[in-house]
Amino acid sequence: MHLSDTASAIVSIGFHGLAFAMVLYLISVGLSVTMGMMGFVNLAHGVFAMLGGYVLTSLMKDQGMPFPWALVGATLAVAAASIPVERLLYRRFYGGDELDQVLLTIGLDFMSVAAATYIWGPLQQPLQPPAWLSGPIDLGLQHFPAYRSFLILCGAVLVTALWLSVERTRFGARVRAAVDNLRMAQSVGIDTSRLFMATFALGSGLAGLGGALGADLLAVNPGYALQNLVYFLIVVAVGGLGSIRGPFFAALLLGITDTASKYLAPEFGAFFIYALTLAVLLWRPNGLFGRA
Amino acid sequence: MAFRRVTIECLCAHFALIAAVLPAAAQTIVKVGLISSYSGFVAQSADEAQKAVDLYLKEHVRDLPSDVRLELIRRDDTSNPEVGKRLAQELITRDRVQLLTGIVLSPVAAAIAPLTAEAGVPLLISIAAAGAAIPRMSPYVARVTVTLWQLGYPIGKWAAEQGGKKGYTAVSDFIPGHDSEAAFTKGFTDGGGQIVGAVRFPPNNPDFAPFVQRIRDAKPDVAFLWVPSGPQGTAMIKALNDLGVRQAGIRIISTQDLLPEEELPNMGTAPVGIITSGTYSTAAERPANTAFLTAWKREYGEKVIPDFLSVDAWDGMAAIFDLLKASSGKFTADEAMAFFKSWKNPDSPRGPIMIDPETRDIVQNIYIRRLERQNGKLADIEIATIPMVKDPWKEFNPPKL
Repeated sequence: MHLSDTASAIVSIGFHGLAFAMVLYLISVGLSVTMGMMGFVNLAHGVFAMLGGYVLTSLMKDQGMPFPWALVGATLAVAAASIPVERLLYRRFYGGDELDQVLLTIGLDFMSVAAATYIWGPLQQPLQPPAWLSGPIDLGLQHFPAYRSFLILCGAVLVTALWLSVERTRFGARVRAAVDNLRMAQSVGIDTSRLFMATFALGSGLAGLGGALGADLLAVNPGYALQNLVYFLIVVAVGGLGSIRGPFFAALLLGITDTASKYLAPEFGAFFIYALTLAVLLWRPNGLFGRA
Repeated sequence: MAFRRVTIECLCAHFALIAAVLPAAAQTIVKVGLISSYSGFVAQSADEAQKAVDLYLKEHVRDLPSDVRLELIRRDDTSNPEVGKRLAQELITRDRVQLLTGIVLSPVAAAIAPLTAEAGVPLLISIAAAGAAIPRMSPYVARVTVTLWQLGYPIGKWAAEQGGKKGYTAVSDFIPGHDSEAAFTKGFTDGGGQIVGAVRFPPNNPDFAPFVQRIRDAKPDVAFLWVPSGPQGTAMIKALNDLGVRQAGIRIISTQDLLPEEELPNMGTAPVGIITSGTYSTAAERPANTAFLTAWKREYGEKVIPDFLSVDAWDGMAAIFDLLKASSGKFTADEAMAFFKSWKNPDSPRGPIMIDPETRDIVQNIYIRRLERQNGKLADIEIATIPMVKDPWKEFNPPKL
């Protein structure tokens, strides 16, 4: 089957946009939930994604670990690392002044730049996927890069699992209750402190996984957390705080717009994604799925 | 490290003079400011060059006259032109350096060049840097590396002569990318080809896939790429391979920056057959190159691989050492420039080189190379030599009188 030029351009944009959206969603969903639930402005969320990328590339390069195991390792390592951060640092600032939170977390961002340079050096860490994920594969319509096809597949599975667990499990019900009304949730006996910790670890683990899977798209380098902060914040702001579904559509919108502008009008740089963000927020100041 | 020892000896010499007890032999101390991008997105290039500088000092420090001491003052511009400019200012006014050298990024060179004119301190660009026009910004700038017009124009012509009709350019969006795009375009159209599309991507760690997809969908005969030398080359090769660009019959052409030698082991076999224009390959069979590689391996072992940036920095040090030897360490800015303008080395690891007295830019052989497997490793094999190429941009754009 052969596509016309226009059709193949649309397919190309849709494909790469979807791959980028999956990475953005995995990284940002945790940020959306923790912001909505605890009202905590965590600008250092990208550090967890960066850490995922570094753990993955180090496990593969230095330990010779196969790619799937290194992915699992990166996710678990980041989730585990996030628990002491939440217990020792963030918890003291819940319900506090937003400016304090912003200063604390932006400070963590700067520290992450210095720490990553010290440990891993100033250069980007390349992701070397296994042979079965390199090169193009033929999916009928067109040839697609194997790695990004795998990325989209992984993302789709994770998104489904996440939605089901939030909608169908007891843990999910508690999370939704805490986001909706924190005091009421506490008064019916939900241990919100432990719930926060678990949610935070889950969100950070997902960010680590997103950073690791997306090492190909968002290059793993010491400046990661600050370079990509705007992307994560756009996803959360456009999607709506505290939502699981909102950030997905926001990520999709952002991923496809970003890819389309790179493909069709690269000379405009990031103009279109900011224009789109502006337009959405003027139309719905609380985001696509946010509540007034 | 040779560099440290030199500094310590310098300090000792200082104390001896201050004490003024001994009738000390008059030491001429020459201070040279070395500005490089030890951090930031071209840090790997800076490292490749620094290793060559250290090695040159170690191998040749004894060649200096016994009463001349070279003090190299290293500064990191963090890949940022404003920082580079401030550091140059400090080196000139506070450290009172007599020469500036190094410079990885052309925007840094462009930021510093006007200062050299104001302060009358020569700058010998010795690591990389494009910006064909930079030596015109100041009479105190000379360059011992290459211009991207020297690399891009001949390969553009060559690609058209090999039968490429439709060309596409994809370059990093800053000075060297713009230079190489313009140079390739001119060479390719002069050779009878036609450019059907052009794209520029951000210089700092971009995701290449959407841009490469655009090239693939445009189906040109030839795609000319330019990325900053280092890990971005590997990322670009990966994107080309993932999207099956070469399998689709699109020929990839670039400059040596796409395939720096130290990155080749990370690239697998995907880039075999890619044609680049360059000034230096470790696979080149020249006695000076063999000697250079032997010294390098003795110092750094087999795993650390030099590239064209190392040889650029090596030649830059050679020019400075020649100046110190010829002048016994005593020179004015104008004398240094007069010396650089007539400097030549018939026997650099990259072949014969000389600085053109009129443009203060280098004249050298440009090699067309094909990446091949040789003894189980990837190597840039020189398949054609274009002898003693002058910067074409300056010939197409004579100075306005």
